[in-house]
Amino acid sequence: MRYLPLTADDRSAMLGVIGAASIDDLFVDVPAAARLDGPIADLPGQASELAVERHMGALARRNRAAGDGPFFLGAGAYRHHVPASVDHLIQRGEFLTAYTPYQPEIAQGTLQMLFEFQSQVARLLGTDVANASMYDGSTACWEAVVMARRITKRAKALFSTGVHPHYRSVARTMAKYTGDVLVEGDPELVPTTDWAELAAAVDKDVSCVVVQYPDILGRIDDMAALASACQASGALLIAVVTEPVALGLIKSPGEMGADIVVGEGQSIGVGLQFGGPYVGLFACKAKYVRQMPGRLCGETVDANGKRGFVLTLSTREQHIRREKATSNICTNSGLCALAFSIHMTLLGEAGLRQLAAINHGRAKTAAAELAKVPGVSVLNSAFFNEFTLLLPTAARPVVHQLAERDILGGVSLGRLYPENAGLENGLVVAVTETCTAEDIAAFAAALKEVLA
Amino acid sequence: MSTPNASGWRPEMNAGGADDSTTFTGNRALMLEEPLIFEIGSTETTGVDFDEAAPALDLGTLARSAPIGLPGLSESETVRHYTRLSRQNYAIDLGLFPLGSCTMKHNPRLNEKVARMPGFADIHPLQPQETVQGALAVINELANWLIKLTGMHGVAMTPKAGAHGELCGILCIKAALEARGEDRRVLLVPESAHGTNPATAAFAGFSVEDIPATPEGRVDLEALKARLGPDVAGVMITNPNTCGLFERDMKAISDAVHAAGGYVYCDGANFNAIVGKVRPGDLGVDAMHINLHKTFSTPHGGGGPGSGPVVLSEALAPYGPIPYAARYADGSFKLVEEESAGAEHPDTFGRMTAFHGQMGMFTRALTYMLSHGADGLKQVAEDAVLNANYILRSLDDVLEAPFGGSGPCMHEALFTDNGLAEGFSTLDIAKGIIDEGYHPMTVYFPLVVHGAMLIEPTETESKAVLDQFIGALRSVALRAKNGDPALKSAPHFAPRARLDETRAARNPVLAWSEPAVAPGEPSLSEIGGS
Repeated sequence: MRYLPLTADDRSAMLGVIGAASIDDLFVDVPAAARLDGPIADLPGQASELAVERHMGALARRNRAAGDGPFFLGAGAYRHHVPASVDHLIQRGEFLTAYTPYQPEIAQGTLQMLFEFQSQVARLLGTDVANASMYDGSTACWEAVVMARRITKRAKALFSTGVHPHYRSVARTMAKYTGDVLVEGDPELVPTTDWAELAAAVDKDVSCVVVQYPDILGRIDDMAALASACQASGALLIAVVTEPVALGLIKSPGEMGADIVVGEGQSIGVGLQFGGPYVGLFACKAKYVRQMPGRLCGETVDANGKRGFVLTLSTREQHIRREKATSNICTNSGLCALAFSIHMTLLGEAGLRQLAAINHGRAKTAAAELAKVPGVSVLNSAFFNEFTLLLPTAARPVVHQLAERDILGGVSLGRLYPENAGLENGLVVAVTETCTAEDIAAFAAALKEVLA
Repeated sequence: MSTPNASGWRPEMNAGGADDSTTFTGNRALMLEEPLIFEIGSTETTGVDFDEAAPALDLGTLARSAPIGLPGLSESETVRHYTRLSRQNYAIDLGLFPLGSCTMKHNPRLNEKVARMPGFADIHPLQPQETVQGALAVINELANWLIKLTGMHGVAMTPKAGAHGELCGILCIKAALEARGEDRRVLLVPESAHGTNPATAAFAGFSVEDIPATPEGRVDLEALKARLGPDVAGVMITNPNTCGLFERDMKAISDAVHAAGGYVYCDGANFNAIVGKVRPGDLGVDAMHINLHKTFSTPHGGGGPGSGPVVLSEALAPYGPIPYAARYADGSFKLVEEESAGAEHPDTFGRMTAFHGQMGMFTRALTYMLSHGADGLKQVAEDAVLNANYILRSLDDVLEAPFGGSGPCMHEALFTDNGLAEGFSTLDIAKGIIDEGYHPMTVYFPLVVHGAMLIEPTETESKAVLDQFIGALRSVALRAKNGDPALKSAPHFAPRARLDETRAARNPVLAWSEPAVAPGEPSLSEIGGS
């Protein structure tokens, strides 16, 4: 087998050194009744690289790749062009096949990259500090709620109805078992956010208010007043960002007073990958850093006085603190953080601003074109690169009819909120720099045809 | 944004140490110093060209006007920056990476090629399901492999990594207890467990109690039985355990826990030792996570991403999370998510993550399984165990093997630092082995022996590599026994000498700031003591 270097001669020589007569002697601690005699039945035997590639290639071809035609899906995962050098660099074996940097003397590459990543994320989100990544946006969001409980010693979290339903669902699952009280619900099909109502609802029992920006319907709003209301009640404002490219164009949550900013970093450098692996962003004000979950990389010096980097503040973490840790997270999303960081370095501030502006411009064009389809209107009063269309009929069947015409035309609210018939006419449409004018025209024409 | 020195060279770079090999640049031939992007980039530089100018905007007061401070580099500079950084890392591609309990095996490149096929890499998680039948087939096929390899009833595919998988298993236990109307609050976890076990139990609201160990490093069955009772929800046991030993009494442990109304969670981090040889389902396990980034060769990436599917017994499978990929009689696949859970999976504890799990890891792991086949995977476990025992028996004359007398180890060999010269410890051996060109073993874990050194070679190392490593570790161990002072300041040949971790924690500098603000001073000095 091509991944196994030991030869039959090696094996018998090694058994001789060990003093065992056979391999089975090494498994002597496994009760005989539990030992399998031969390979597990019903599973195939080993296969060549060619045969495996053929099998997996056939499965891959049963999927319609986003790049194969017009594509307008978002709702928490976005398709952007990723420069070729990003994927080349993350496949450097020294990055790809390294472990968590426990031995800093021989892991400065990963550690310096993480320090740069933390610095980029903190600046983008408008906070003082960021950690070295979480699994994804949805789990980062729940960890932020838990962190707010630790800081405020209160257990009631108010969720904006504009938070991604999967993120709310994750929080609901966890809260069921942790005793946290969630106040949450589905959005209404109105042009503006529910943040003013949330500001009025914050009281001394509330640990945190969680808002998404831009929200699940693509709406954007100023959170400064909500931040003030939270501060007045001693609650923390948690902002969730699922499309960080937006922050090249619109104010960061940190600038507007958010205490903790979490996000899904997928749209920068990572790619769609059917939902994972992605990269959770987690950032906050400096005064809360010792309550953060996850790995943190910090600057220091070595014994010769040279600058270097190490994992630090690890007394928060499970491998030191065990049941008293701030989180159970161990493995995070290092390689996706690297992809994010490389893409962000290639863009730079000027490139990010231009990319964001192009996205916004394309989305405005698309919204205008789609609103010309009879019976269709745009819900949002303001948006970045994603907006909600109101159709004259349920959107879910329309999405399937569009797919039959090879147009992947957004995410229906029926898919996101299957039990809420009041939302079924909504269609969330994302438009990035990858959508051409021809794609937009084809989408509008197909939508017109389907609705006719 | 300020760029102190656009050439990237800083005067202090070559100021370190009284070393007569100091150069003008601070570089040493192929060992190249690399500044931070913030020191060489500028906010006006970009390595990306666009086909169109930025359009006019009308975002009013929400428009971002203040500078963000994100440096950019041209593509050529970017490639060089990250290539130089990469060369300061040790990696499995460079050599033996014997971190115990981490299973750093070769990462086949076919896995990478397959994961990048557009049909897998460029599909959106919320596409209409008729357009992603191949992706759902991958999830279903991988699930089938995992069920068969473990002899379990079902599998939850969405957990993002090992610790997330632990949480999944523990939530299943909680949901099952709730369905029985029982409020059991205690999970029993041995002291030798990974830190994630007690952290997970606490995260899910359980209190944690220790399970005593026998002198030969295994769970004390009689002590465990004595503690079981109506307040105990279950046990979390690692098997093979973190001392590298198979828990001989596993079936008896499971039977006792079940008899007392509890459940058995098994930490599957060490599954590589037994894959294809033993099925956890035959040992009475109720839930076990599998680290695809360990046993099934998906790359660890310098800290992730991982993937932690959880196999479940018949008793716990009904409570597993949504979504999952179901196969129907007509050969089609469908996601069972919020919408259909009521009809098809009514007792689910709910959702653990957005979307459907680590697809990019699923394609890699399935590629690896298909490559090995059931026969190859059995050989994986046998060679992994053979390599570990070869190391154990080749070094137990020079390093203390605390459980070496009780028989063979499984996939990892455990040593202690007893018997070294006064003032020398495991840390010195670890740093010494760096100079020999290896990544150190896991150190100071498990906590149950003094100065633990846990060595997991994996099956992808040749005898020649092991022989050289054994020679190197023997040499370093003897230096530690003889009190060689040079070992106290090792490593001498790495990109950095020992780093000041106390300073890093006392005055955390966690993000770059312009030196003009506070030259040489911590940028986050306002961080308080708690």
